[in-house]
Order: sequence, then C-alpha cells, then structure tokens
Amino acid sequence: MTAVSAEAVSGKAPAASAPRPWSEDGGPAPLAPRARLLPALAAVYRAQLSRARVARIPLLFVATFQSVGIMILMRGVVDGGAEARAVVAGSSVLVVAFVALNLLAQYFGQLRASGGLDHYATLPVPPAAVVLGAAGAYASFTAPGTAVTAVVGSVLFGLPMTHLWVLVAVIPLAGAALAGLGAALGLLAPRQELATLCGQLGMSAALLLGVLPAQHMPAPVAYARDLLPSTYGVEALARSFDAHPDWLRTAADLGVCAAVGVVSLAAATWAYRRAAVR
Amino acid sequence: MRGLVKTYPPARSRRGEPAAAPVRASDGIDLDVRRGEIFGLLGPNGAGKTTLVRQLTGLLRPDEGRVELLGHDLVRHPERASRLVGYLGQESTALDELTVALAAETTGRLRGLDLRTARAERDAVLDELGLTPLAGRPLKKLSGGQRRLACFAAALVGDRPLLVLDEPTTGMDPVARRAVWAAVDRRRAERGATVLLVTHNVIEAETVLDRVAVLERGRIIACDTPAGLKELVGDDVRVDLVWRDAPPLDVPEVAALRESAQETGRRWSLRLGPAEARAAVAAVTGGPAFAALDDFTLATPSLEDVYLALGGREKGLMKG
Repeated sequence: MTAVSAEAVSGKAPAASAPRPWSEDGGPAPLAPRARLLPALAAVYRAQLSRARVARIPLLFVATFQSVGIMILMRGVVDGGAEARAVVAGSSVLVVAFVALNLLAQYFGQLRASGGLDHYATLPVPPAAVVLGAAGAYASFTAPGTAVTAVVGSVLFGLPMTHLWVLVAVIPLAGAALAGLGAALGLLAPRQELATLCGQLGMSAALLLGVLPAQHMPAPVAYARDLLPSTYGVEALARSFDAHPDWLRTAADLGVCAAVGVVSLAAATWAYRRAAVR
Repeated sequence: MRGLVKTYPPARSRRGEPAAAPVRASDGIDLDVRRGEIFGLLGPNGAGKTTLVRQLTGLLRPDEGRVELLGHDLVRHPERASRLVGYLGQESTALDELTVALAAETTGRLRGLDLRTARAERDAVLDELGLTPLAGRPLKKLSGGQRRLACFAAALVGDRPLLVLDEPTTGMDPVARRAVWAAVDRRRAERGATVLLVTHNVIEAETVLDRVAVLERGRIIACDTPAGLKELVGDDVRVDLVWRDAPPLDVPEVAALRESAQETGRRWSLRLGPAEARAAVAAVTGGPAFAALDDFTLATPSLEDVYLALGGREKGLMKG
C-alpha cells in the first residue's frame, strides 16, 4: 500500500470539521497500543469462563458423576486406610483431568483446525494471555466438581475433612499442570482428532493411575504413574487425609505440579505462537 | 504490495499416487491501495483472495515480496498488522459461544482498550448496527447473517485505520447489508479509514467499491474502478437466450449465433456489439426461432462480463 491520500487522487473534498486522524500524508501511521498481559488475560479468562458456563456445565456434571460413581464402585473393594485416601484423592483430581486436560485439548484442537485462532492472532494480544486465560478458566471451572467429589468421598469412606482446605492449592496447581498439558497437546497435535485422542488418553491415564491404589502396581506402571503430573496432585490431597499430614512432602508434591504447570504452559504458549502464524 | 509470492507446498501424497504440484496462491502480486479507499478483491473461489488478505494481516508470511502498510514494513514486522488492521475473517469459532455483547467487548479489550472504553465502544457499535436487541444472545444461537453481523461488530470495536473484511455480508439480509455498508462508509468519511474488501459478489462489488482488483489463480488480471473495468468491454451488450428444449439450428441466424455463444444447458450467453445484439434479438423474436424460445434477456455489461472478457477461466462468480 502506498501513502497517497484519497483526496489527492480522487479530488474529493475532505470533511471539513471531522477529525481524520489516519489520512494525513507523510510518515507511518501511528500504531494502536498493544493489549497488556494482565488486562488481556482477564478478558480472555472472563470470556472463556462464560463460554464454559454456557457450553460445559453438562460436562462438569458428567465429570463429577463419573468420579462419584468410581468411588461408590471402589467402596465395595476398599475398606478405608491408605487405599481409601488414594481413591478419594484420585477421583477428585480426575475431575480436574477431565475438564482441564481433556476438554481443553479438544477446545484448542478444534480452534486450531477451524481457523478460530486467526481471531486472536489478528489482535495485538500477548500469546501468554490467550493460553493462560483459557487454561485458567478451564481449571477454575473444575473447582466445584472437585470439591463436591472430595466431600462426597470423605463422607463415603469416613475420612477426616479437617485438611480439605488443601484443595485451595491442589485445584489451581494441578489445574495449571493439566490445563497446560491439555493446551499444549491441543495446539501441537497435527490434527484435531489427534488432539481429542491425546486428551482422552491423558484423562484415562489420570483415571487408572490416579484412582487405583499405587501399592499393587507393577514397576513399569508405577514409573508411568510418577511421570503423570496429576499423580502429584493426588498424592498431595491423599496426604491431607492423615491426622497429622506431612506438610513438607505435600508442599513438594504441589511444587512438582507448579513446575509442570510452568513448563507446560510455556510450551503451550510457544505452540500457540507457532500455530497462529503459519 | 510488491512482487508478492506465496507458494503452498504440495499436499503430501499417499503412497502410489503422484505428488500434487505446489500451489502458487499469490503469484507475483503488485497492488497499491490508496488511503481512504474502499478497495475490493474480486475473484472466484480459490483465486487466492484469502491468501492475499492473510499476508496483509500478518497471518501468513509471503515467500517473496514486500508488504507495506501505512508506512510499516509488514514482512519485517508482521506483529504490527494487529495494531493497524481490524480483520473480519471467514470463521467465527473463537466467538461462537460468547454473547454478542461479550464477543464485542472482549475483542475490544484484546485490541488494547481499557474496560470502560471497550464497553462504551461495544454499546456504540451494537447500536449502530442494530444489534442491541440481540446483545445477550450467544452467537451460536443466531442465524448465519446475524452471526456474521455480530462478528463484524467485533471487528469494528477499537478503531483501526485499515479494515480488512473477508466476505463480510455472506448470508445477510438487505437490512443487515445496508447497516454494514453504512458503518464502513461512516468510518471512511469520519476517520479516513481504508477498507479492503474480499468478495465474490459482483453486484456488491459494483455498488460499494471505489476500485477493484480481479484475481485469478494468484494473479491480478485487472485493477480499476468498476466503471473503468466495464469500459474494457466497451458498449457490448449481454444477450441471454433460453430455449424451450433444443435450439432451432435449422434457422441460419441461430446457427450463426451458436459460434459465439456460451452454452449452459438450455441457456446461451452471448456478448455482442449493440448492432449485432439488435439483429440477434430480431432474429430470435421473429419467425420460426421464436417458437423455440422460452425467454431472453438483454443486459448492459456487469463486472462478471468484464471478468469473462479478461479471460477468467473459472466460473465461480455469484450474481446477486
């Protein structure tokens, strides 16, 4: 495009009184400001939360019922003790895995495949704001389901609820780790179907490796369990059912979640940047 | 834009099939759009309009060539496009599950507006486009045309000196179309905004555009005002003849017309000089040919004729 004004070429008279900030000749046009990280993040978060409210509430019910159902099934097999704690903690974190990992991977996969990312890519918004806003919204959307599952589980297996406040740390940190993973999978998968598949597999892994008591697992499966970030959320929550929880190890578990969250969200941001400009 | 080239790599072939040739979607495009102009890109599907627009909005990097936008080098600084361009793409998936109001407000916020300004602009734009009654409805629940209008509203929140609109009026009713063109005109008149419009609707192109570039297979085959383009085909007249079933080829005048006619089923389309057209109409409306004639129309040339006269090979242009 060249900088020849329309008036100069077509001889049209400029509107006398109206300001015409963009039509002056000479010099590059001033750039509009960028959106800053935090306000943009807040805007994306709010928009995503509202779309999740409209479209995802039935899915949250499914996630919660699934977890509660698993606990009821396991009630017949497990009789309290360490195993019961693992079942309740695993089922609670499963809600986070369902929404943050599985649904977010699907969402980003679909957005990428349909060209919806163009909308964000043509706005002056930091990539981190889009990824963190969406991940944050999906993670916070899991909060009610996770809390309900933990409380129902505690009642079902007669576990103390004194330290359930630890969910305040478990949900955002496990949420960050799993949502980051979900977003990265959704944005990196070459095809939408693969993104969906990866999300589903991740959730199944969180289910099997999180809910089943770890003591009886064969060694390779136990290693796989250690590799899954949701495991550390499960462990942290399971510890809180002790009469005197080992807070140091709980903090260490949550620290792993936080670290995975940082790395996976950074990877997701990178993947977003790559997917947005081709 | 100078010497713009974008080649898509060939689609990966399956085993046993020959590889497809690479597609040059922009094949050395040179284009100057003046500030304050409503400029159109016209062409059939697959002509490379969207590819061209995506290079202008920083979504695609050209393989070669230069894109200069209001004094900014976009090949070197593609990220600047988002601070200069309001873009309406063809997809609405990013906004589909939001309400009309939230879609517009969020887009404004992501264009760097603070909350109060974003809300004020949202209200102004929804009001301008007559969308206020739909403000609380999710885009997904709206009809195609209304959804398109809501996306257009989102594209307008947060002033930009250049609006790039990819088929903005697809699916819209006449009221919504008029609202779109009024909003576009207002931004040009009041703020000197430049508008780049992608369309394959020739009627729309004739009525709203200052200048138009006709694209085919990644090349610009003509670029002028709509009137200037029509002069290319001179005072030719288009004659459309529709036969009841078989054309009466035993009539010598009809047989002679067949050579210059483009046949689609029972319809013949001819582009003729005024005298020839008069003769042709006289021949088919009198005598034995008239019995075989179902309908005929005479029309002054449209951009579609220009396109065909320029050697447009694809026939994807929509009329109306």
